[in-house]
Amino acid sequence: MSNIELINDKNLDCSFAIFKDANLTLASGSILKNFKLAYKTFGSLNKNKSNAILVCHALTGDQYVSGHNPITGKDGWWSRMVGPNKPIDTNRFFVICSNVLGGCAGSTGPKETKENEQNIYGRDFPSVTIKDMVSAQVKLLDALKIPQLFSVVGGSMGAMQALQWSIDFPNRVQSIIHIAGALKHSAQNIAFHEVGRQAIMNDPNWHKGNYTENNAIPERGLSVARMIAHITYLSEDAMHRKFGRKLQSRDIISFGFDADFQIESYLRYQGRSFVERFDANSYLYLTRAMDYFDHSESYRKTLEFVNNQKNNIKYLVISFTSDWLFPTKENKEIVEILNSLSRNVSFLEIDTDKGHDSFLLDEPELDYVIKGFFNSNYGKINEQS
Amino acid sequence: MNNLRSIRKDWDLIESLIKDNSRILDIGCGEGDLIQQLEKNLTAKVHGIEKSGELALKGIAKGLNVTHGDAEKDLLQYSNHSFDYVILSQTLQAMIEPKKILKELLRIGSKAIVSFPNFGHWKIRLQLLFNGKMPITEGLPYSWYDTPNIHFFTLKDFQNLCSEMNIVIENSIGLTNTGKQFSINGSLLPANIITNEAIFLLSYRDFEPIKLKSTNKIFNKNSAIVN
Repeated sequence: MSNIELINDKNLDCSFAIFKDANLTLASGSILKNFKLAYKTFGSLNKNKSNAILVCHALTGDQYVSGHNPITGKDGWWSRMVGPNKPIDTNRFFVICSNVLGGCAGSTGPKETKENEQNIYGRDFPSVTIKDMVSAQVKLLDALKIPQLFSVVGGSMGAMQALQWSIDFPNRVQSIIHIAGALKHSAQNIAFHEVGRQAIMNDPNWHKGNYTENNAIPERGLSVARMIAHITYLSEDAMHRKFGRKLQSRDIISFGFDADFQIESYLRYQGRSFVERFDANSYLYLTRAMDYFDHSESYRKTLEFVNNQKNNIKYLVISFTSDWLFPTKENKEIVEILNSLSRNVSFLEIDTDKGHDSFLLDEPELDYVIKGFFNSNYGKINEQS
Repeated sequence: MNNLRSIRKDWDLIESLIKDNSRILDIGCGEGDLIQQLEKNLTAKVHGIEKSGELALKGIAKGLNVTHGDAEKDLLQYSNHSFDYVILSQTLQAMIEPKKILKELLRIGSKAIVSFPNFGHWKIRLQLLFNGKMPITEGLPYSWYDTPNIHFFTLKDFQNLCSEMNIVIENSIGLTNTGKQFSINGSLLPANIITNEAIFLLSYRDFEPIKLKSTNKIFNKNSAIVN
């Protein structure tokens, strides 16, 4: 048994679970001897420990799912969804959100210092996968003494984690909400990630990942990576609606390469502000983790096996019509397999022009279905037991 | 706990055709009221398919298993005989390929329950005869140009199709336009004239393989004639 320490950090307004001698074996074969996870909880765990929901964040998210984020100075990334009287109601549910392994908001990742050393990991950090992130989260659940989650919910990379939970720990989760994800990361998505990574690695300030030792930050590369990724999170219609061909702070075009158009100015702003809060190496590792995600061959067999163990996970899969990063078709592949095995699955395609990022934005249908799914199923499951 | 009472008469009839603890798929389940009723009253394991996102959303929020999708494309994903009953209520006439759907119902389900409005009802016959216009009734309230119902058929047409497809009609119940219920087979009046809405319980006959003398065609279990 590893030695676990749970501490509260007042400055960062979050908690840390520090695992010593944990010897976490990663999918790559590497072993993380010690590691820590930064996490936050909201609401309170009930006596039966039956009301815990784990929220998994997306690529650039963090543990600050709700309330105030001291790093950005803004509201948490899903404050509109999680909180008292919100669709995921913290008056009723105990919500846990942890920064993923490999992240850069406090959990062990490339910008953290190595075990018993002064130096940070940088490029020496081992490759992590979605499976590894979930393995680390399970250790956190053990430390919090929660035998079974009522639900795991996440969008995008968070959806990948939710799916991984249902595969690796089917007995520890009663339901999952999988929003805008897929069984595998598609070739197109890998392609966009690769462009982002090349932008970072071609920035002279990257220094082969050792930019901290060189007192540099690959700002330009990371911001270009963010700009291209941001395009993939929107949709053509939404971009047209929001920006069209409108000019930025000028009446006529400049015949130069300034940000003439509002969309250019917007993307530049997105890139610049991202650099202030995100670590370039962490971006490389996490995009890679998503690229390696692939259950397209194994999912059916895995489920058949899980089915034999009388597993009754309740699944909800949600997609968005204008999401071209994780389109409906790819979300539906999961539903088709679950339905062919007569599993408890629901599927909803929400009609919106807001693209992949819809799950973070104001979508009343999303709020309604998540709230209803949680409240009615929590009632049902508790009635049975 | 009190049983849920349905707002629609045909739902109670559908419920009466189903055994307890069954696995049920409702095609075109709307907000899921029927499957919710069946889940509660029959402790059934229920699933639904619904084309409208607005309605599917409400079913999911009730904690039901609802797949948002188009049955004419999405039935493929369900395995053979993965349900005890597949329900198609008031929808067959709106399907592009009703015959194919009927076949799918009995592939996925051991039994199918199909309900539909009877185009052979006397009111409709009289309207067409005397007005010379496409009939508009309470049960079929649409004008010809905006109706979702693209395949009109009568009770007799349906019975003939079942016979052609080797489908067994285990039970058939008629409802008159005043909501009076009667057994279609046992009706003294011609059922095709008085039936406003029909509900059928269908299955495939369990044929024992019989070799026919003249050809190499075989009646196979659960299927029509195979070569």
